[in-house]
Amino acid sequence: MSADQEQRTIRCLVGKVGLDGHDRGAHVIARAFRDAGFEVIYSGLHKAPDEVVQAAVQEDVDVLGISILSGAHNTLVPRIMEGLEEYGALDDTLVLVGGIIPDEDRDELLDSGVARIFGPGASMDEIIEFVRENAPER
Amino acid sequence: MTDELIEALLAGEHRALARTITKIEDRAPGYRELVSRLHEHTGDADVIGVTGSPGAGKSTLVDKLAEAYREQGLTVGVIAIDPSSPFTGGAVLGDRIRMASNTGDMDVFFRSMSARGSLGGLSTATTDAVKALDAFGKDKVIIETVGAGQNEVDIVRTADTVAVLVPPGSGDDVQMLKAGILEIADLFVVNKADLDGADRTVHELREMIEGRRNEVAVATGHHGAVETEPDGTDTDTDGEHSWTPPIVETVAKTGEGVGELCSVLEDHAEYLTASGQLEAKARSRYAAEIRTLLREDASDLLAAEVDRRGGIEAFVDRVMDRETDPYAVSDEILAPIEECVRERRDT
Repeated sequence: MSADQEQRTIRCLVGKVGLDGHDRGAHVIARAFRDAGFEVIYSGLHKAPDEVVQAAVQEDVDVLGISILSGAHNTLVPRIMEGLEEYGALDDTLVLVGGIIPDEDRDELLDSGVARIFGPGASMDEIIEFVRENAPER
Repeated sequence: MTDELIEALLAGEHRALARTITKIEDRAPGYRELVSRLHEHTGDADVIGVTGSPGAGKSTLVDKLAEAYREQGLTVGVIAIDPSSPFTGGAVLGDRIRMASNTGDMDVFFRSMSARGSLGGLSTATTDAVKALDAFGKDKVIIETVGAGQNEVDIVRTADTVAVLVPPGSGDDVQMLKAGILEIADLFVVNKADLDGADRTVHELREMIEGRRNEVAVATGHHGAVETEPDGTDTDTDGEHSWTPPIVETVAKTGEGVGELCSVLEDHAEYLTASGQLEAKARSRYAAEIRTLLREDASDLLAAEVDRRGGIEAFVDRVMDRETDPYAVSDEILAPIEECVRERRDT
């Protein structure tokens, strides 16, 4: 392996935030990302928004996937977005939200900087394709 | 671009540190200049390697160790290395989940790295990432990796002090350690010391360390003249400094024994300074780094030359047809380079 050969790999953080113990979806996504050749960091359960921000900044991920099924997205997601902004990481992190998001909440999340919301029924190929096409250029 | 990044990193911006490590990992354009410029700011951090078989409790112990250092008012950088799939290059980097004690504390900079299937390249990337953390001003840098295979051994060699974790259990684990790990361990940690079999593991390790010490003593002509001080440092008959790996028992989950581990690490740091080993290690590390870079750079130069002459397959065709042989090919490609070097040297 040569010292100068660039080895760009897409790095993702799959984050579970708040009081939400349902992580089957997050695990499935993490595995699918791994099999797609991405490097995946999984936050573990019950993380505070600050902790997700800390992980996203330190790991310098291209993609932050927030899995949320608790209904607290209107509180938690904006706090993550503010945290990313604070560290100057909002502009070049692709933020995705997965889970149960009612239609009337979607626009607000998208306005706050979430790139896309994947609800039930979204296919794995669709998500991976979206990440490949939209991972920020650095 | 590089100027800005270096400036921001030295000013203590976490984002800049994170981005620097990404550039190092990606070997992005300009990463060499970046690392070159970091060098003058390095040399102040204590680098600790933590290795051991999967499930030994490395991540949990590193978490507790980082917490202990934070309580002493020190800043900590952690690099956790996980394997990646050789087929897709993908990886799930799970060590971060264990860093429960330090979440929300930005002064513990935790970074997951994957092996990215590179041959030897990983140790280069790790060394460079350590430099970034060092230049950033971290007091302690901890490298955590599964201790299996040469690649991993190379990585922990970038540390000043290497701790090898041994879980209690079968004596076979200790047997396994004999093959290579024993030599690199500056100290052993029997983690999960509350489990059955921990005493036996400590006993077996102690026997193994004693056995090795006697071998060394015989080989160097010190026939049993080595006295062990309780703190692990030896005073042999010549009054020289030497070190016998101590064994620390911990229960990482509860934090038991972590204080003792800290003080043993401190002892080893003092030993390294007092014996001159710290400088000797740094010298041999830089020598190895220069050699690795030369090998990789020369290999790039040659690969480009092979491509320019029609690619490796064309040479293979000629070798297959018995027109030439691999040695002759190598000579043929190298000759002009050797000639060029010779001319430059003479003038």
